[in-house]
Amino acid sequence: MADINITVDGRKVTAAQGTLLIEACKSVGIEVPSFCYYPNLSLQGACRMCLVKVEKMPKLQTACTTVISEGMTVTTDSDEIRQARKSMVEMLLGNHPLDCPVCDAGGECELQDMTFSYGAAESKYMEPKNHKDEQQWSPVVYFDRPRCILCYRCVRVCGEAMDVWALGVQNRGVSSIIAPNQEDHLECEECGMCIDICPVGALTSGAYRYKTRPWEMKHVGTICTHCGDGCKTTLGVRRSDTGMEIVRGDNRDKSGINGDFLCIKGRYAFDFAHHDDRITQPLIRKDGRLTPSTWEEASALIGKRFADIRDHQGGQSIGVVGSNRTTNEESYLLQKFARIVLQTNNIDHHRTADFPAFAAGVTGKPESTASMRDVFNAPAMLLIGNNPSEQHPLLAWQIRNNVRLHRARLYVINSQEIKLRRQAANFVPIPEGTEGDVASFLAGDDSAIDTAGNETSDALKPLRDKLRSEQNLVIIFGSEIRGDDISSLVKFGSNIPGSKFICLGDYANSHGAADMGLYPNLLPGYHSISDIGIFHQERGGEIPQTPGLTLPEMVESAKADKLKAFYVVGANPVGRLGLDPFSFSQGFVVVQDMFLTQTAEIADVVLPAANAYEKAGTFTNTCGDLQLLKKAGEVNGTKPDFEMIVRIADAMGFDVRKLVPFGRGTRADMGQSRGAQAGEADRHAVWLEAHGLEPKMSPFDPMAILDEIQRLVPGYDVSRMDLQAGD
Amino acid sequence: MAELVSHPDEVRVVSRRFGQGATNLDRYLELDGYKAVQKALTMQPDAIVNEVKNSGLRGRGGAGFNTGMKWSFVPKQSAKPKYVLCNGDESEPGTCKDRLIFEHDPHAVIEGTVIAGLAVGSHTGYIYIRGEYRYLLEIMQKAIADAYARGFLGKNIFGSGYDFDVYWHGGAGAYEVGEESALMESLEGKRGIPRIRPPFPAVVGLWGGPTVINNAETLASIPHILLGGADWYANLGPPKNGGTRLFCLSGHLKRPGVYELPMGYNLKKMIYDVGGGIPGGRKLKAVVPGGSSTPLMTPDEIDVPMDFDSMMKAGSMLGSGGVVVLDDTTCMVKFALRIMKFYQHESCGWCIPCREGTDWLKKTLIRFHSGGGLKKDIDNILYLSQNMLGRTFCPLGDAAAMPTISIVKKFRQEFEDHLEGQPCAFEKESKIEQLPVLA
Repeated sequence: MADINITVDGRKVTAAQGTLLIEACKSVGIEVPSFCYYPNLSLQGACRMCLVKVEKMPKLQTACTTVISEGMTVTTDSDEIRQARKSMVEMLLGNHPLDCPVCDAGGECELQDMTFSYGAAESKYMEPKNHKDEQQWSPVVYFDRPRCILCYRCVRVCGEAMDVWALGVQNRGVSSIIAPNQEDHLECEECGMCIDICPVGALTSGAYRYKTRPWEMKHVGTICTHCGDGCKTTLGVRRSDTGMEIVRGDNRDKSGINGDFLCIKGRYAFDFAHHDDRITQPLIRKDGRLTPSTWEEASALIGKRFADIRDHQGGQSIGVVGSNRTTNEESYLLQKFARIVLQTNNIDHHRTADFPAFAAGVTGKPESTASMRDVFNAPAMLLIGNNPSEQHPLLAWQIRNNVRLHRARLYVINSQEIKLRRQAANFVPIPEGTEGDVASFLAGDDSAIDTAGNETSDALKPLRDKLRSEQNLVIIFGSEIRGDDISSLVKFGSNIPGSKFICLGDYANSHGAADMGLYPNLLPGYHSISDIGIFHQERGGEIPQTPGLTLPEMVESAKADKLKAFYVVGANPVGRLGLDPFSFSQGFVVVQDMFLTQTAEIADVVLPAANAYEKAGTFTNTCGDLQLLKKAGEVNGTKPDFEMIVRIADAMGFDVRKLVPFGRGTRADMGQSRGAQAGEADRHAVWLEAHGLEPKMSPFDPMAILDEIQRLVPGYDVSRMDLQAGD
Repeated sequence: MAELVSHPDEVRVVSRRFGQGATNLDRYLELDGYKAVQKALTMQPDAIVNEVKNSGLRGRGGAGFNTGMKWSFVPKQSAKPKYVLCNGDESEPGTCKDRLIFEHDPHAVIEGTVIAGLAVGSHTGYIYIRGEYRYLLEIMQKAIADAYARGFLGKNIFGSGYDFDVYWHGGAGAYEVGEESALMESLEGKRGIPRIRPPFPAVVGLWGGPTVINNAETLASIPHILLGGADWYANLGPPKNGGTRLFCLSGHLKRPGVYELPMGYNLKKMIYDVGGGIPGGRKLKAVVPGGSSTPLMTPDEIDVPMDFDSMMKAGSMLGSGGVVVLDDTTCMVKFALRIMKFYQHESCGWCIPCREGTDWLKKTLIRFHSGGGLKKDIDNILYLSQNMLGRTFCPLGDAAAMPTISIVKKFRQEFEDHLEGQPCAFEKESKIEQLPVLA
């Protein structure tokens, strides 16, 4: 589109045709205040804060509804304009309760900020303010009408952006009120977007209200641990006698890949960290019962037993299970520990999507994986399987808003009537379990969907033709499609110019766990066990040459009394995968977890683990984006899995420097873990690295192993600076 | 049913058929009814638009935009259906003209709507009638049904091959819906809140289609223009202000009522001659010249021709033709309060200045009138009104601000007289209801 030239406050500004004046001003750093204007939501022109002077117009104009035109001359600051804004704030404050000292939004309130910038100290009115009692709309949403300034952001974000439409406006004039569309309560996903977007304290969170003041919290921007999308959530953290307490989660600075978005999980689901059932001491089975113990005793016991079993029965009699929720560094370290220290390839994890097949499919096809941003900007999207509205809320948000704002075409093939069909240009229902057949059909095998019935094939044929005529199509598929079907889908996509893929994994670091080689037959980066050269050089340790056992094979092996030790890190195969708890009754079982899970209950030693909000490291989201976890704080008595693995290796008499390349010649203090864990060492890393210095002072610093990961795993060679910045 | 009045200076165009039983379709036909639309069916659309443009007809709702010009903005080709809307949501205090048209001559509105449809290439018209005019809705329903029965509406109207449907719609009681874009929202079944413009209705209107929206009086004038000719109509009024207008005279007058007078008729003459002057030997204090939203005029300002341009020059507005006369028994503070109560009640609440401004003005004026006023309140009332003026989302804020500003400026002394706990001089018996909260 052609560029338009305008003059704002004497400065030349050039912006694309169709740009709103308020955005054009913002692009050169000229702030035009607003309450009701919100990027990517419908225009309101209601708050009248963005009034500016446009030459040749008799009245002041709202910058949020004015589209720039060639030669436009605009003034954004003059006595008239300041007076207009001041009077708007005055009128708002007239009925505002001014209960800022007890308001949750105090200190984070746009009305406060606006009053500070434009308002007047004088109170002009003496009549009683209009009052209405506070209402509770849902367990987490409270509404205080007197504080509401009627910017309608909540109504729009709920309806337009979330496609939930739970809020509306009732009454008129000064009695206007935001109200749930279901009388007195919200029927919604409880995403909390309305609370987040509220510029004042009218909508407050039931989970957070009246707990603290915003300036009394530490705000830690980290990655949500609940699904594979990798949203940034900012945790509000206070010190407490248990170490730390997370008071809230929100989308404070909107700087993550999720932009404005955060779902119920990222916003509220942090309370597990403070659950009463959390283990905060190592437990050792004594006389048949798990008994509290010390780290020293636990490490020594595990080290001794693991070393014994390895040395006498061989590494192949030890099984290791990794996690979808530990960091990349931990997963990498775990498989390295298993292969070099325990001398076993018996390592697996709870697999969701078939990432190895996907990686094989797109190898040699650069630019073939899509990011969340690509989803928002793609002209067309194909979704096969999965239900992003529930399993991948950010992805669903990106899809919905791409359709709404860019009129992108969405094609949905699913066995369920998923909610995203409402945005779909085409929705083709298919019988459950035929997703893979659909992939083959798309790739050209017409017979693949014969079993699905005529109706399905009649609907799929025109859809395939339509898809073939698309460009830059983003193809999104869930874990229903595996193995050869993924290759078929990739084959289909490679005939569509510019097409990209997203393979959806279920958990926060499913993609990372796969990339880090938590497989019995694959090394990090999906290198085959036989393709071991580079790893030998890098590791300086011997890796067993034969593929190990998968998780089900480990169970069989344990039943046959061949598997003598079972090391489970952050997983619950007994509870989640229905693994027979008696299989391991003869073996030595070590579990690292937050809770006494069904797996932990059969363990001989249970180590209390920190969760992802309590450690530093990196996660890889389902699109393959590498992101930094920031440590919110520590809960007394727990340790990150990274440290526990290193301690066990140490207790086995292994030279931990070979495991974690820290220090490079400098001697480090094994006790100094706090700073490193908090990512402090890494903040210096940028500077130190730039000066050729070595910052990794501790073997517990996960960043010490990130270099190795970046060298060995394709796609991880992200600059440390970008990683810090979250780009 | 309203009583009809008359005066020798009247030039009856729109009101020609008033009181003659024209609600009956046969009677309407006898009185040249539906001749204009048959003529229009033989004309090119551009010719109709030009005829209306040349007649100098300006929107009778109050804004006074040239009607033909408005029609010419509708694109000839449109992917979406085009619509013609008749704005009969007459709610401006002091205005009661559309009511007479609907009561006495509903077919003229229908005919005007069809002609507007022919001019812009639309096939659907909506006649939106104020909800409180319940009994007029029934008249309109019957008129539409009769016209359908004769083939004047529906498929192939008058055997011309042109299809045109007309629907009626009753409002739900909101002054704001008289604003054209709010009316379209209301018609679509949403809250009556104005839309952001541009785009203007001529391009994106009802259900996103290009839309012509005209006041009922404007549309009722169209058939007469087509039959009488543009020049005839234009020459009835001064330049650029074609035709006649229904003036609604009310307040302290001997002969209040709706009179059809040529545009440019002298306001003073209208009050003293047509309206018969002030009863009871009282003196004139102020005049609301064009509905409650127009700035008030003092007796020395009223020697002006009542047309859009002259009134603008005189510092007020012609507005909707509602002339309200106030004699010297009127308390201007109370009058300001009465107006503000109306606007506070009718504000849709969409934008801050109108929602909060009208409410604070009302609250302040209530206290002020009951004797609780402080000196700074006078400036405050002015300050608030001036900060609403020109800054609201739609003209309702201006409508509330303009008369208030003019009252405070022109009758400041009356405000001063209410200060310091003094009871209203015009209501000697009245008690002070509320004392100042702060000294």
